[in-house]
Amino acid sequence: MSDIQELVKLSAAEMAGKIQSKEVSSRELVEAHLSVIEQAEPSIQAFLTVSGEEALAQADAFDERHAEGEAEDAPELAGVPIAIKDMIVTKGIQTTAASKILEGWVPPYDATVIEKLKAAGMPLLGKTNLDEFAQGSSTEHSAYQTTHNPWDTERVPGGSGGGSASAVAAFEAPLALGTDTGGSIRQPGALTGTVGVKPTYGGVSRFGAIAMASSLDQIGPVSRTVLDSALLQEVIGGHDRRDSTSIPMDVPALAAAAREGAKRDLKGMKVGLVKELSGEGFQPGVEARFNEAVSMLEEMGAEVVEVSCPHFPYSLGAYYIIMPSEVSSNLARYDGMRYGLRVMPPADVPQTAANMMAYTREAGFGDEVKRRIILGTYALSAGYYDAWYGSAQKVRTLIIDDFNKAFDQVDVLVSPTSPSTAFRFGEKTDDPMAMYMNDIATIPANLAGVPAMSIPSGLSDDGLPTGFQLIAPQKRDDVLYKPAAALEAALNDKWGGPMWQSMNTPWLDGLTK
Amino acid sequence: MAEKLMKYADAVKQFDPVFGLETHVELSTNTKLFCPAHIEFGGEPNSQLTPVSLGLPGSLPVINETAVDYAIKLGLALHCEIAEWSQFARKNYFYPDMPRDYQISQYDKPTNGNGYLDVELEDGTVFRVQIERAHIEDDAGKNTHVGGADGRIEGADHSLVDYNRAGVPLIEIVTKPIEGAGERAPEIAGAYMRAIRDIVRALNISHARMEQGNMRADVNVSLRPMGSKEFGTRSETKNVNSFRGIEKTMQYEIRRQAAILADGGEILQETRHWDEATQTTAGGRVKSDADDYRYFPDPDLVMLHITKDRIDRISKEMPEMPRERRNRLQQEWQFSDLEMRDVINADALDTIEATVSAGASASGAKKWWLGELSREANAKGVSLEELDITPEDVAEVEKLIADGKLNDKLAKQTVAGVLAGEGHPADVVKAHGYQVVSDDGALVAAVDEAFAANPDVVEKLKSGNMKPMGAIIGAVMRATKGQADAKAVTKIVMEKLH
Amino acid sequence: MPTFTREEIEHLGDLARIALTDEEITRLQGELNVIAESINKVQEVAGDDVAPTANPVPLEAYLRPDVAETPLTQEEATAGAPVSESGMFVAPRILGEE
Repeated sequence: MSDIQELVKLSAAEMAGKIQSKEVSSRELVEAHLSVIEQAEPSIQAFLTVSGEEALAQADAFDERHAEGEAEDAPELAGVPIAIKDMIVTKGIQTTAASKILEGWVPPYDATVIEKLKAAGMPLLGKTNLDEFAQGSSTEHSAYQTTHNPWDTERVPGGSGGGSASAVAAFEAPLALGTDTGGSIRQPGALTGTVGVKPTYGGVSRFGAIAMASSLDQIGPVSRTVLDSALLQEVIGGHDRRDSTSIPMDVPALAAAAREGAKRDLKGMKVGLVKELSGEGFQPGVEARFNEAVSMLEEMGAEVVEVSCPHFPYSLGAYYIIMPSEVSSNLARYDGMRYGLRVMPPADVPQTAANMMAYTREAGFGDEVKRRIILGTYALSAGYYDAWYGSAQKVRTLIIDDFNKAFDQVDVLVSPTSPSTAFRFGEKTDDPMAMYMNDIATIPANLAGVPAMSIPSGLSDDGLPTGFQLIAPQKRDDVLYKPAAALEAALNDKWGGPMWQSMNTPWLDGLTK
Repeated sequence: MAEKLMKYADAVKQFDPVFGLETHVELSTNTKLFCPAHIEFGGEPNSQLTPVSLGLPGSLPVINETAVDYAIKLGLALHCEIAEWSQFARKNYFYPDMPRDYQISQYDKPTNGNGYLDVELEDGTVFRVQIERAHIEDDAGKNTHVGGADGRIEGADHSLVDYNRAGVPLIEIVTKPIEGAGERAPEIAGAYMRAIRDIVRALNISHARMEQGNMRADVNVSLRPMGSKEFGTRSETKNVNSFRGIEKTMQYEIRRQAAILADGGEILQETRHWDEATQTTAGGRVKSDADDYRYFPDPDLVMLHITKDRIDRISKEMPEMPRERRNRLQQEWQFSDLEMRDVINADALDTIEATVSAGASASGAKKWWLGELSREANAKGVSLEELDITPEDVAEVEKLIADGKLNDKLAKQTVAGVLAGEGHPADVVKAHGYQVVSDDGALVAAVDEAFAANPDVVEKLKSGNMKPMGAIIGAVMRATKGQADAKAVTKIVMEKLH
Repeated sequence: MPTFTREEIEHLGDLARIALTDEEITRLQGELNVIAESINKVQEVAGDDVAPTANPVPLEAYLRPDVAETPLTQEEATAGAPVSESGMFVAPRILGEE
């Protein structure tokens, strides 16, 4: 393979195939992506850290194993490089959560998912940008840089995982890992025309994922195809004894489900349209692409019915109580004592440990993080706990009941991923509620711990990508992959190829070997 | 600043004390409560940490099974109800020695609830203390204060933090308010702590050394007028770490609060500290909104399920409880109440029991451990167990005496040799050539010599005044280098006199 | 419906150990009241008959065997410390001048 452009536009599964047939080496793949990163970063700014040397060393180690025939038991994606959201801890590579408070922190350990990637021989290209501590829906809350949407660099890539989504959309990486607390994998997926999956809560170990809201956080794949996400989730998923919330079960057969789906036969499958996740607040172009996709599912044999989840309108409220409560406690440890930033108080303030902590946290956290910490501190405080945190936990029960009832009727639920397409920088930064509304359709899955996925469903009237969300019952992530792959195949057929063909990629120009 | 105090006797005449104890017991598990870092007393600072106990971003807690089993053991010993489902919560507050700036502790769903402990006082009275809960939580690190006087926090310039202790499992035993103790409140508090210490040791779940901080107590005291049913405002004296300290804290707080109340004053709800040096409690922090710990279930941990099978298994492993054991041993050894109390006060129950099982008589074992050996231990400031002599050694010495191979003096010298590290009693006896001289010929000669050297004594003895007998025996002993059998000497002297 | 006063936000800043500036307090007051209004309706449906959910996937705790694993070295543990001394983390003086 001589053309870098052609190489990096392959799916991860196709790259893996070329590694297996020895048409291309892992090193060549890493080098190709590093050269794209070099060209793309000035306009995209998806990466906080590029770990080129480490990636090349990992690629060489894999290539050597592969040449000696020792990589036969390795997962299908062995040798394919990947980018990592900077919310996941990487030994020896700076990890910041895009916060000033962690600037310069080099972890002494690897997250479980990183250990698994390393064992699979998948080189780490670097760490991607995000909203500080994954708190935001546009990646504008990063303390370091603004990531641009490859479809329109005047617009946000969504968030919090805008870096991972943009890197994959811009061909800087074939795959990435994200974390999804209220939609941080799926909403950027929708806004950048990529695939993003939030697995069942407990399906992928959280050990080494910097905690935002522990009962909602989940690591998941970011890719350009459904099959690639399936293959990646199979690598990172499974039980981990270092995470007490990890489910003791094997990863379901996800890639097989995706391959089955590619046959585009959905006879016998029941699909539910969530009544509460449409209409008011959803852009007409977003709804139009969604409805067309639903028709395609029907054409492939699926039975489509409308289902009601009456408590979903309360999910945003419950989320904005539970999430900041957990944030307020999880982010307490950034106190200037053990790692990261320390700021001493001004001279006229007593130079005590308590004041050092208060001034460190004032200087080290951004506005959105502080807003959530204060809100969460309030929700947990004596006298308000029952009315706020207690009530939100009850709403959580009601949302789980809604899902259970819906899944008694249908196999999979669908909705638009995000009510709007990518917005312009600064458009929503001064209005927290408008920003929070971005996650209206993605939050219920986090509250209920069910798996959910976003795949590209076309371009809205403004020429920007829209996302199609699928939601399955707990521990049934495989149920997502079949209809998702079927819809992807049908859409590609309609478009005459992947949606990204209509994206301008000036940074790829002139990239030939 | 000296605080006004009322005489204790007057205080307890006018007021009825109500108190409660929150006892922290550090468990002697191999690893920490939530991570596999090995626990060792006195290691290099910050060398017993994993990402979890250092509170690194991304790290997650996983519960130690042995800590749970130990908690159940203690729960059973305290007659608690063991909850089938219990839960860990986060107690949120900032402190430099807290790696996560929250403590993981059980809050509204503790593992052990509603128990009691019968505490035996010195005069044999039994007082029942009701236990509210005994829950599991993790410890914080340690601060060393630098730049102030005597390493105290006051006036310190900065502190050095060692997180090795962070994450060590603790059980906090919380009593219900203890009423009706009257003037014996301090005594009951002390006896309760000793009883807890004995139980924890019998269960082998903690080193239970107060001086090393394995056990410490928060002492809550309030007073109310005689006959009143309502509780008064209480003070909470934190981290008292000796039995005497607990009793003194109780006495001091009762006297201090009585003086304030008698003057028409109000008790502040505050945390105080026991100062061993001045034998007083000092005012600390007044309780305020800052004590809003924002407890909520730790979302990193799921419900702890304790099955009936687990409880049954642990029940079968339960050792005899200290009070039952004491009663049994007292009967077996035929000790009086007073003798038994001496044994307990000397903390010699275990060593005497071991010595008896090694073959010694109970009275012989008691004589050694409460006499010679207690003195030695006190002088060295160590426990009886820490002396360089084992119960088996003591039993061996006793056997040598019984067999007539050692007399009292030689036995003491033998024990001294063992303590000095010269080996087991047989080794010491052999090395020094200790042996009782019972050969009549040699003794008769020695007695003759003694008679010749002390004619005035002999006169007295002949006249029936037996008082100076010691002088003759002493002379014989000197002549035989202490190896004479005193009884045999006396016999020869008596024969010669008649 | 809770409303956030200035004093309340200052107090929350103390509890959360963040030295909020006056300007931040003013802004937070406005924002939090808007947010509170929109999320407060959770109480409408949180009846006494509804059980709370802490973890979305019901599991019982896995209990780890009490077996030690290799710890971090002192060097690794203190490598990120803003200030350290003799293998220990340094805290400014703990007692204040309040």
